Amino acid sequence: MAALDSDSEEDLVSYGTGLEPLEEGERPKKPIPLQDQTVRDEKGRYKRFHGAFSGGFSAGYFNTVGSKEGWTPSSFVSSRQNRADKSVLGPEDFMDEEDLSEFGIAPKAIVTTDDFASKTKDRIREKARQLAAATAPIPGATLLDDLITPAKLSIGFELLRKMGWKEGQGIGPRVKRRPRRQKPDPGVKIYGCALPPGGSEGSEDEDDDYVPENVTFAPKDITPVDFTPKDNVHGLAYKGLDPHQALFGTAGEHFNLFSRGPEGASNLLGEIGVNKGRKLGISGQAFGVGALEEEDDDIYATETLSKYDTILKDEEPGDGLYGWTAPRQYKSQNESEKDLRYIGKILDGFSLASKPLSSKKTYPPPELPRDYRPVHYFRPVVAATSENTHLVQVLSESAGKPMPDPGTHSRHQLNASKRAELLGETPIQGSSTSVLEFLSQKDKERIKEMKQATDLKAAQLKARSLAQKASSSRPQPSSPDVGTCSWHMALSGGTAATRASSFKPFAKDPEKQKRYEEFLVHMKRGQKDALERCLDPSMTEWERGRERDEFARAALLYVSSHSTLSSRFTHAKEEDDSDQVEVPRDQENDVNDKQSAVRMKMFGKLTRDTFEWHPDKLLCKRFNVPDPYPDSTLVGLPRVKRDKYSVFNFLTLPETASSPATQAASEKGPQHQGPDKSRKPSRWDTSKQEKKEDSISEFLSLARSKVGPPTQESSPLVIKEEEHVTESLSDKSVSKGVDSQTEGEGSRPSMDLFKAIFASSSDEKSSSSEDEQGDSEDDQAGTGEADFKSSQETDSAETSSVARASEPVAQEPAPSFPIQKMQIDEREAFGPRLPPVFCPNVRQKPEAPQKEKHKKNKEKHKTKKEHRRRKEKKKKHRKHKHKGKQKNKKPEKSSSSESTDSSDSPSGEEGTVDLSPQELLRRLKSLPLRRQ
Amino acid sequence: MAFPEPKPRGPELPQKRVKTLDCGQGAVRAVRFNVDGNYCLTCGSDKTLKLWNPLRGTLLRTYSGHGYEVLDAAGSFDNSSLCSGGGDKAVVLWDVASGQVVRKFRGHAGKVNTVQFNEEATVILSGSIDSSIRCWDCRSRRPEPVQTLDEARDGISSVKVSDHEILAGSVDGRVRRYDLRMGQLFSDYVGSPITCTCFSRDGQCTLVSSLDSTLRLLDKDTGELLGEYTGHKNQEYKLDCCLSERDTHVVSCSEDGKVYFWDLVEGALALALPVGPGVVQSLSYHPLEPCLLTAVGGSVHCWREEAYEVEGGTG
Repeated sequence: MAALDSDSEEDLVSYGTGLEPLEEGERPKKPIPLQDQTVRDEKGRYKRFHGAFSGGFSAGYFNTVGSKEGWTPSSFVSSRQNRADKSVLGPEDFMDEEDLSEFGIAPKAIVTTDDFASKTKDRIREKARQLAAATAPIPGATLLDDLITPAKLSIGFELLRKMGWKEGQGIGPRVKRRPRRQKPDPGVKIYGCALPPGGSEGSEDEDDDYVPENVTFAPKDITPVDFTPKDNVHGLAYKGLDPHQALFGTAGEHFNLFSRGPEGASNLLGEIGVNKGRKLGISGQAFGVGALEEEDDDIYATETLSKYDTILKDEEPGDGLYGWTAPRQYKSQNESEKDLRYIGKILDGFSLASKPLSSKKTYPPPELPRDYRPVHYFRPVVAATSENTHLVQVLSESAGKPMPDPGTHSRHQLNASKRAELLGETPIQGSSTSVLEFLSQKDKERIKEMKQATDLKAAQLKARSLAQKASSSRPQPSSPDVGTCSWHMALSGGTAATRASSFKPFAKDPEKQKRYEEFLVHMKRGQKDALERCLDPSMTEWERGRERDEFARAALLYVSSHSTLSSRFTHAKEEDDSDQVEVPRDQENDVNDKQSAVRMKMFGKLTRDTFEWHPDKLLCKRFNVPDPYPDSTLVGLPRVKRDKYSVFNFLTLPETASSPATQAASEKGPQHQGPDKSRKPSRWDTSKQEKKEDSISEFLSLARSKVGPPTQESSPLVIKEEEHVTESLSDKSVSKGVDSQTEGEGSRPSMDLFKAIFASSSDEKSSSSEDEQGDSEDDQAGTGEADFKSSQETDSAETSSVARASEPVAQEPAPSFPIQKMQIDEREAFGPRLPPVFCPNVRQKPEAPQKEKHKKNKEKHKTKKEHRRRKEKKKKHRKHKHKGKQKNKKPEKSSSSESTDSSDSPSGEEGTVDLSPQELLRRLKSLPLRRQ
Repeated sequence: MAFPEPKPRGPELPQKRVKTLDCGQGAVRAVRFNVDGNYCLTCGSDKTLKLWNPLRGTLLRTYSGHGYEVLDAAGSFDNSSLCSGGGDKAVVLWDVASGQVVRKFRGHAGKVNTVQFNEEATVILSGSIDSSIRCWDCRSRRPEPVQTLDEARDGISSVKVSDHEILAGSVDGRVRRYDLRMGQLFSDYVGSPITCTCFSRDGQCTLVSSLDSTLRLLDKDTGELLGEYTGHKNQEYKLDCCLSERDTHVVSCSEDGKVYFWDLVEGALALALPVGPGVVQSLSYHPLEPCLLTAVGGSVHCWREEAYEVEGGTG
């Protein structure tokens, strides 16, 4: 009961401060009434209470800041003597004093925390501590720590305890205890080899000789052996004053270093008061019996010789180990084995088997071959090549899944280059193999057919072009390459397919092409001597020079052809890239079918072509129209990539001016292309153009004759002649300007030429174009314009009246805009021919040729060639007539034929002609002449 | 057959000259009404663009900044800006009020024959003899066109814009209609170089004039020929044509100094209005009223119907 009481007392929790015990005879004080209670701050000043919602007690100075003066900002002071040190402000600097007090948010005083408040002690920690204390050099040094050791049981302890665990016990299923064979006497030191821990028994059981069969015991509480290195100079197992023993002392217990270690420790650390009879006082080797010791019997008798073994005797019969540390063999081995094996509960009616089960025979898994790789291949294909025949064999024999040798490729994984490698072929120079590789099967077939079909013609034309080449090459060293290129063009470009990526201007001559590619590679690397390097050393100086020029130019053109050229020359572009099937065919039909349809006034399906056209996304946005092709990135007409023509195709385009009809022919198939091919140097084929022109001009003239009276025909003539007088001046100057231009540009790269000619690039255009025109015109136009203005009124009045008498229609405009005419003429020299802007000099005829040119573009339409040729001559005559009328255009044109006309008459593409060096230009002009 | 149904109306053709503007800017290359027909623009060969009140004959402003003769001009729907194109290959966007050049679009390789705003004046479409139509973005500062329509094989002579279509006539004898909504390009072959195209006001037909002295009315959707109008002379120059304000008549310039009116349905010549000596270079029809502007030489005439009375004293 007493214990209970004390316990309950201890467990009581009291809140608040207890009343002071009343002294005898004193009257209890009256409590202070509420209104009288005051709150004071730490300095004893009263604090006023505001109310909970306005902040509680007043703070600071009348609820403001800390003082009457307010906050005093700390001023920075630093002098030579007193350096201001950087002060790092912590949160405390901004706290009130109250915050730091006991009940503030950051109390500074030491208070008991939860750990200290625990009622139970942390045994584990205690144990550890005591262990440490025991082994410490100065025993008892940790004693002080013990006093303030926070003791708290962990949740593990709580749980274990709830499961029935008691302190001092081990953890695990209960075991039967084997009777102890040897019981060491308490207090007897045992030297020598340790008993194996398994054999040692709890100290509690020491005295029990008899262990009933059906009693189980909790396993021992084993603290792991403490392998603390001995770092002191005490003797082995020296133990200083054991505070435990000293204070609560389990007398007679001696520290047994080895076998008793754990047990002793557990004992040592066991519940202090619980162990045995309480012994207060200090016991130990260094102390005598204290006054409080109850038992003093063994004070001086702790160590007697009788406690030692004096003889070697058969300690454990049957053991035969004699102290060796091997595990002991007991007589009751079986039993113990059983025990060891099965520690669980044995059900009623069952008994442990006396015989151990015969162990099952187990077979080891087969040994894996050394090179086995645990990777699964799905249906590997092992080709029976020379290298892996063995492997294949093995695999097939094993009937397992063949494991392909990773080093070898199957036949299907090889590509051409790899195969070539295997065969030991030298890799082909250059980026790719040959142009032909890029051809589709269809194209190849086509080419074949063409070759066969047109061998004769080709030979013919070849001869012709050779002659031309020869003749032209002599005066101009650079022209031969043009010749070769036109060849190549006719061959590859005309038929099919050099891609943009593999621009091969010299595909005809593989050696040269190779050199050219080499040159490009060198160029890319930025080597200055790129040219010299790749040129064939066996060539003559002249050849080298020529080739150098060619390469440089080709490289230049190649670069420009992609970006600027293509954007500049819209016609060519369309014909180049436009949808192969639709556009050309459509155009084709035009000329013939559509014209006839128009003539028959059968508009509608016959004259209409519909294409898929992709507006730019931004354009749709600006038009407030949903993008009809939201998924496509393409803009404009869908384009089928065709063979990229070599640059020289571009150059020749305007002259050859492939007509739509020819395109159609090309698309239609080999039979058309055959002729195509045969006429390689289409450029020189003026006949076609003329023919086409003829057809159209025919038509036009027809229409004209229908519409207008014959006088109209003559009237323009008259006008023109008049104009000539006025224009002759301007023409001269214009032509001069043109000449100077071309001369200047002859040596320059072609792009500059472009720009100069078209001056459409933003900056240049503003200045140069206007300047150019302005310059060339201003001398004439400046004067002319003055004339014009003055004459405009007068002329229009006078001449018109005069002219009107004869030809009211045509004459009027002529006099009134002489300058305009001149200007236009000039411009025609530079750029595309003017469409019939309302100005008088623009004609219908010029347009017709242009149209035809376009049709002609790259391919030539062979089909009608013959007919055209026949007509050609007639047309020529007509053209001459027209030209006579169109004097303005004439001066620059050297040739009478339409081809020259077209070549000179600059529409966007025609400008390309100018691109090519001057020689080319000259040549072009001269050629038709020759023809004639 | 999508014939617009013309209302038979009296001869309300403009045949009474109410005003003559002596533009003083060289030859007048083009005359254009603004969007509501109250003002007009004249494009001069002296590099200027002038804004007039055609009925009163007052010059409102002169826009100079082109480097060469101005060939075409157009006004935006809100009258706040103008665009013009000319022989200097540039397309210029003007601020109407200040007369300043807002932007100059360069990129054409040849003379700009024709310019048009789109409906919201966010894009300028310009057709050039370089055979391309370029769509210039007025909103951004991009120097290059939004898109280049380079399908034509020859110079572009005329461009017209509806809310979702671009109609372009080219010297290659084709009329191309780019339908942005459908994403299709319709190309109608006419044969003869085309000088002018325009939509009918009901948007069902296109009127095409070509150098074979013929005007053709084509069904927009099918390309079928609805009517043919001949009698005038147009063999050399880029002359304008248009439809009257109610699509009742087809109007065309002629090289014989007259303006021809045909009845749209019957195709019969309704009127040959003698304008002046020389080629009638350009004309523009009032969007709402029977009012016609014609440009001959250096002057512009304004024509009204007979019943029209000159209002105000300034005339």
